[in-house]
Amino acid sequence: MKVTAANLTEKEYLLPGNRTCPGCALALAYRHILKALEGQVIVTVPPSCLTVLHGMYPVTSVAIPCVNTPFASTAASASGLVAGLKALGKRGLTVLAIAGDGGTHDIGLQALSAAAERQTDFIYICYDNEAYMNTGNQRSGSTPLGAISGTTPILGKQQNQKDITAIMEAHNIPYIATANASHPLDLYEKVKKARAIQGTRFIHVFIPCPPGWGFSFKDTIKIGKLATETGWVILYEIENGVFRLTAASQSIAQRGSLKSLREYIQGQGRFKNITEEQIAELQRWVDARWKRCMARAGNSYSE
Amino acid sequence: MGTRECQHICGESSPAIGEAGKTGEWRNSFPKIDRERCLLAKQSKPSCFLCWLYCPDAVISKTIPVEINLEYCKGCGICAQVCPAGAITMVFEHEAGADKKD
Amino acid sequence: MNKKIAKKSNIRILDGNQAAALGAKLSRVQVIAAYPITPQSPVTEKLSEFVERGELDAQYIAVESEHSALAVCVSASMVGARTFTATSAHGLAYMHEMLHWAAGARLPLVMACVNRAMGAPWNILNDQQDSISQRDTGWIQIYARNNQEIIDSVIQAYKIAESIYVPVMVCYDGFILSHTEMPVDIPAQEDVDKFLPPYKPHTVLDPANPRNYNLVTLANPRVNSEGVLCHGYMELRYLLQEALQNSKETMIKVGQEFGQLFGRNYANMCWEHRLDDADVVIVAMGSLAMEATVAADMLRKAGHKVGVLGLRVFRPFPKTEVVKVLKNSCLVVVFDKNISYGLEGATCSEIKAALYGSPVRAAIRNFIVGLGGRDIKARELVDAVNRSLLSMKEGDLNKESPEWICDI
Repeated sequence: MKVTAANLTEKEYLLPGNRTCPGCALALAYRHILKALEGQVIVTVPPSCLTVLHGMYPVTSVAIPCVNTPFASTAASASGLVAGLKALGKRGLTVLAIAGDGGTHDIGLQALSAAAERQTDFIYICYDNEAYMNTGNQRSGSTPLGAISGTTPILGKQQNQKDITAIMEAHNIPYIATANASHPLDLYEKVKKARAIQGTRFIHVFIPCPPGWGFSFKDTIKIGKLATETGWVILYEIENGVFRLTAASQSIAQRGSLKSLREYIQGQGRFKNITEEQIAELQRWVDARWKRCMARAGNSYSE
Repeated sequence: MGTRECQHICGESSPAIGEAGKTGEWRNSFPKIDRERCLLAKQSKPSCFLCWLYCPDAVISKTIPVEINLEYCKGCGICAQVCPAGAITMVFEHEAGADKKD
Repeated sequence: MNKKIAKKSNIRILDGNQAAALGAKLSRVQVIAAYPITPQSPVTEKLSEFVERGELDAQYIAVESEHSALAVCVSASMVGARTFTATSAHGLAYMHEMLHWAAGARLPLVMACVNRAMGAPWNILNDQQDSISQRDTGWIQIYARNNQEIIDSVIQAYKIAESIYVPVMVCYDGFILSHTEMPVDIPAQEDVDKFLPPYKPHTVLDPANPRNYNLVTLANPRVNSEGVLCHGYMELRYLLQEALQNSKETMIKVGQEFGQLFGRNYANMCWEHRLDDADVVIVAMGSLAMEATVAADMLRKAGHKVGVLGLRVFRPFPKTEVVKVLKNSCLVVVFDKNISYGLEGATCSEIKAALYGSPVRAAIRNFIVGLGGRDIKARELVDAVNRSLLSMKEGDLNKESPEWICDI
C-alpha cells in the first residue's frame, strides 16, 4: 500500500524543541527517515547541522541510539557499527550513516568510497544543503556555480557542484536514490525500500536551507518543489543498475516539461550576484542531465 | 571534583523534549487554524494531514482536529504554505489576543 | 588449598609483529581494522590470515586509512565488540584526532604501535617520536623491551583497558623488535580465556533505550531533563585524568594476576637492572633500555655502580617509582629515542618533572640517540655515561640542551 499522509505512522522519533532553524528541511527529512526505519536504527553522524539538531549533552532531541564521530569518518564509523553488530551476532538493526554534503562530497568521501567498495551493509544518507552550513555557509563540493558563500563572498563559486550520485554509481552498489525534503513521502518510500536491501545503499537528499540560501523560512517547501520542477533536483532510484524516475520527476517526464531554472535561482539570495553566463551554463547542465535521465528512464520503461 | 550526582564517564545524552528550551519563544508569528476550512474538520476522517506531514518540528498532532503545540512551534509558516484548503494563516504575536485558540 | 596451575611452556621463535598478532588472537578480538604501514604490515597480514583460516572469529575490516581504522574500532567498541588495531609513525599521526576521540569517549581500545620515525623526510626505521608525540591524548602507553613483553602486554592491555575504560597503546621498536626473532613463551588459549573476562561496554546502543554519545558538550555543567546536574566538558576531562592517575593500581593488580597465571609478573611500572647499590642510573624505554643493561654491565666491570631503570609504562608516568628508584643516585643519564623540539628528550623532561620537589639532587644528563634507525651500540652508551661522569665535576645538575649521539 502506497504511503500517504493519512496512513503514515504517527510515531515520532524527532522531539519538539530542537535547535534547528525554523523551517529547516533537514529536520523535516530526518523526521521521515526515522519513521521509515521505525527507529530500529543506530545512527552515526559527523559534526554538521544534524549534530546541532541532536542537541547538547546531556539532552538529545532524537529518540534513537546515536554515535557521534569526527568529520572525515562517518562511513568508517558506520563500518565499525556494522562490524561490531555482526561480531556480536546482533540482527535487526539498520546502521545509518547520515552526513551533510561537506561530510560526504568533501572530507568524508574517502571513507564513503571505501565503505561502499567493501560492500558494507549500511545506509548512507547525504543531506545536501549545498555548503558547510553548520560552520556558517562556506562553500562545499556541492555548492552550485555562481552561489555566494562565506568563502566565495564576492565572486560566487566558480565551479559547478560535483555529481555525488554519479560517483556512487561507480561503486557497483545495489541501491542509489535521490530524494527531496519537499517530497517527504517519496523520501519515506525510498528509505523504507533501502531498509530491506542488503549491501551499501546511498540516498542523496536535497535540503533547502533558508538562512544559507537566502529565502524566507516559510518557503522551504516551495523552493524545494521548484528545484524538482526546474530539474535542479531529479528524483530517481537505481536498483541493481535499473534506473527509474519517481514522484514529481516521473510526472514531469511523462506529462510536462521542466520550468526554466531561472525561476528556481531568482528566489534565493545566494544567487544575487550570479551572471547571465553562469545561469546559461547551469541551464545547459540541467538540460543535459535531464535528457540523460529521460533516456535512462525510457530504457527502463520499455517493460 | 565532578558534579556529584552525575554518573557519566563520557558524554551520554538522553532524549527529551525541549532540548533547546521553549522554542515557541523564537517566533514572531504563530499559525492560526480556521477549523471551518480545514479538510479534516469537514470530512472528520483521516485524510489530509499535510500540515502534520510537513512540520519540521513535529509540533502538530495527528489528531482530528489537529493541535499545534505552541510551546515549541517556531512559527516557520510551512504549515500555512502547504495547507491545500488555505485553512492556516500566520498571525503576528503582537496582533494576537491573549487566547490564541481559534 | 589452591591447586597450583601447571605452567605449560610453549616457546616459539617469534618476531615482534608475530607476537603482537598472537596477543590479539589469544585475546579473542572481535573486530580488527588495521591499515598496513612499514614496519607494522606483517601484523595486519597475520591477523587477516588467522581470520581467513577460521582460527580467529573476528570481523576483519580492510579499511582505507588509519583514521578510518580507529574510527571503525571506536564504533565497534561502542557496540560492545573487542577491537584491535596496529600502526606506526605516519599511520599513528593520521589517526591523531581519533586517538583523542577514543580516550574522551572512554573506550577500551588496544593498539600496537610499532615505533618508527616521522617524516619529513621519509624514514621507515625505528625511533619513538611517533608514540611520544601522542603522549597527551589520554592513552595508557606501555613500551615493550622484548617480544615476550609484546605478547604479554597486549593481553594485559585488554584487561586493564576494559576495567577502567581507558585505551591502551602497546609500543615496540620497529625492526629492532618487530622484525627480530627471539624465543617467546606463548600463553595457552585456555589460560588467556581464564584471565580475560568478556568485555562489558559502558555504552548502550539500543533503540529501546536510546542514548546519544559524545554530542556537543558545554563548558559548564548542564541540567538534564530529570533535573540532575550533568558534567561540563572540564569535568569529563578531569574524570579521564583521574582514570589515568588511578590506572597504576589496576595495572599492578593485572600484572600480578598475569604473573600468577602465566609465570611472568608485571606488578610494576618500571623494571630494574642492578639498581640496588647503583649511584648512576641509566633511564630508557623499550629495546634501548635492554641495550642499556649491556652498557651498565660494561660500566660495572670498569668499577662504576651503574644500574638501569627501564620505563615500562610511560603513561601514566610512574612518578613515585622514579623518585623512589633515583633516591640514592648522584647521576641520572637519560637516553631518548625522540626529541621534543625546542626542549629536549621527552623522557628526560618527564624524569625532571617527577623529581622536582623531591629530595633527589642527582645530576641529569640527556642524550638523543637512534633517530631514524641510527644504530646505537652499548659502547656508545658507555661513552655517554663516562662523559656524563666527567661533566659532573662542573657541578651542573642540569644542562642547557641534550647531547646527540650520531656516531656511525
